[in-house]
Amino acid sequence: MNTAQQARWVRFTPTERIARSMVYIVVVVAVIWSLKTVEVIPEFLYDAPEQTADLLSRMWPFDWGYYPTVVHAAMIETIHIATLGTLLSLVAALPLAFMAARNFTPFPVLNWVAQFIFVTSRSVNSLVWALLFVAIFGPGALAGILAIAFRSIGFVGRLFGEALEEAQKGPIEALNAIGAPGSMVLAKGYWPQAEPAFWSIALLRWDINIRESAVLGLVGAGGIGLALNASLDNLYWDEVGLILAVILLVVMATEIISSKIRARII
Amino acid sequence: MAKTEQIHMSSDRRQPALSIKALRKEYRPGQPVLRNINLDIAEPGITAIIGPSGTGKSTLIRCINRLVNPTAGEIWFDGIDMAGLDRRDLRKARRHIGMVFQEYNLVERLSVIENVLCGRLGYVPAWRAFFRRFPEKDVERAFQLLDSVGLGADFATRRADQLSGGQRQRVGIARALMQEPKLMLADEPTSSLDPKTSVEIMELLSALSTQGAIPVLVNIHNVGLARRFAGRIVGMSEGEVVFDGPPSDITDEDLAKIYGGEGWYS
Repeated sequence: MNTAQQARWVRFTPTERIARSMVYIVVVVAVIWSLKTVEVIPEFLYDAPEQTADLLSRMWPFDWGYYPTVVHAAMIETIHIATLGTLLSLVAALPLAFMAARNFTPFPVLNWVAQFIFVTSRSVNSLVWALLFVAIFGPGALAGILAIAFRSIGFVGRLFGEALEEAQKGPIEALNAIGAPGSMVLAKGYWPQAEPAFWSIALLRWDINIRESAVLGLVGAGGIGLALNASLDNLYWDEVGLILAVILLVVMATEIISSKIRARII
Repeated sequence: MAKTEQIHMSSDRRQPALSIKALRKEYRPGQPVLRNINLDIAEPGITAIIGPSGTGKSTLIRCINRLVNPTAGEIWFDGIDMAGLDRRDLRKARRHIGMVFQEYNLVERLSVIENVLCGRLGYVPAWRAFFRRFPEKDVERAFQLLDSVGLGADFATRRADQLSGGQRQRVGIARALMQEPKLMLADEPTSSLDPKTSVEIMELLSALSTQGAIPVLVNIHNVGLARRFAGRIVGMSEGEVVFDGPPSDITDEDLAKIYGGEGWYS
């Protein structure tokens, strides 16, 4: 063997090359197969632009009179649902996050229990949670608040638990060496380190919850969605247009507010 | 309760503050980091532990306040065997041992004065620490200590992450003194500092040790600093004590025995 041969470099071995080609073929087959399965009806696809234009023309001008009578109060209720739901989830998620953090709670069983609660909370959509709570508590804002809270526990808990696990070990070790009890190590060691993350996660979730609570009314869990559902059922498109515009404005406003505050915290 | 009384009674007797007997530590079974350490620390002043990296200096210091659990042996401090304490009693015993770290281990997002007050976390009731209502005399003492480590009162409200390395280490020393310790441990306190600041920190430790009649056990790899400030040098090599005596007694052969090789120390 001469040195020129030894210096040759190929990125993939023949086996790797065959494997990569197989992956490409599988992807192409999967795309073709799924296109056949969804059965797009071409006629509906062709006149979609026409339908959209028609819908928009029915929406405009908005029925402005509908704002003070119904939309305003419903939108406020939506913001209340999102905010109260977020607060409730923070209270519930905080202890669970400490339970999930492996450095703070060195008991795998407890970590696992907390993770299980997070996964359960996250894997159920807030609309499904809302259906459940509407069945239990009847339609209204309470069902919405609980749906938002239950969906958010997993989100806040998991992210804050991860923030806790990233806490520097040094200060914790120092507080342990001082003879501080566990509650003090939590309050003066873990919390100061993870606090910016906590508020950042809380704001992010509040922002998401404003959007989520806007549709909860579709299943009867209160707020603007209830009004939207009624207008859709009655085909009052000028009302629908107004509601969608109000939701868009509120969502934009919350996003600006929360990102401004977050930038200050970090 | 009975155990605390025992601590107070025994502290009156004239006996070494710290007495390590047949200490052994294995992180992995069969591979001892510390083999058979026997060490009595009686007199105030600095005792320096020197030795090459990886020889177990840090492990030895951390075994004393059980940040690392020893595999076998006894660690008599203030009349009790640290090695045999359960969590509760260990926490109480740790309150009397101050510790200073290479990376300072301050809680970065807390103010300087609050970091110093953390030294009282083993004593104050939880609600006082939670609501930042430390007893008046503790706050007074914290300010005095800041002064005696060479930081003025104007440092008190600065955040720890705004300080330089030397200033942080001074806060770390003040925090340890806040415990009113009967023994101070310092794990490489100057390794992250420049030569001039290193000397200042060692001067400070030495002065505080004499003033407060507190034995200080310093783990240090700078032989020059050890010779200059320690009243006693303990040389370690491969998990064993190979030299123990005043700095004036240490010869080139001793250094060769501790660090291996020759020629580097002349």
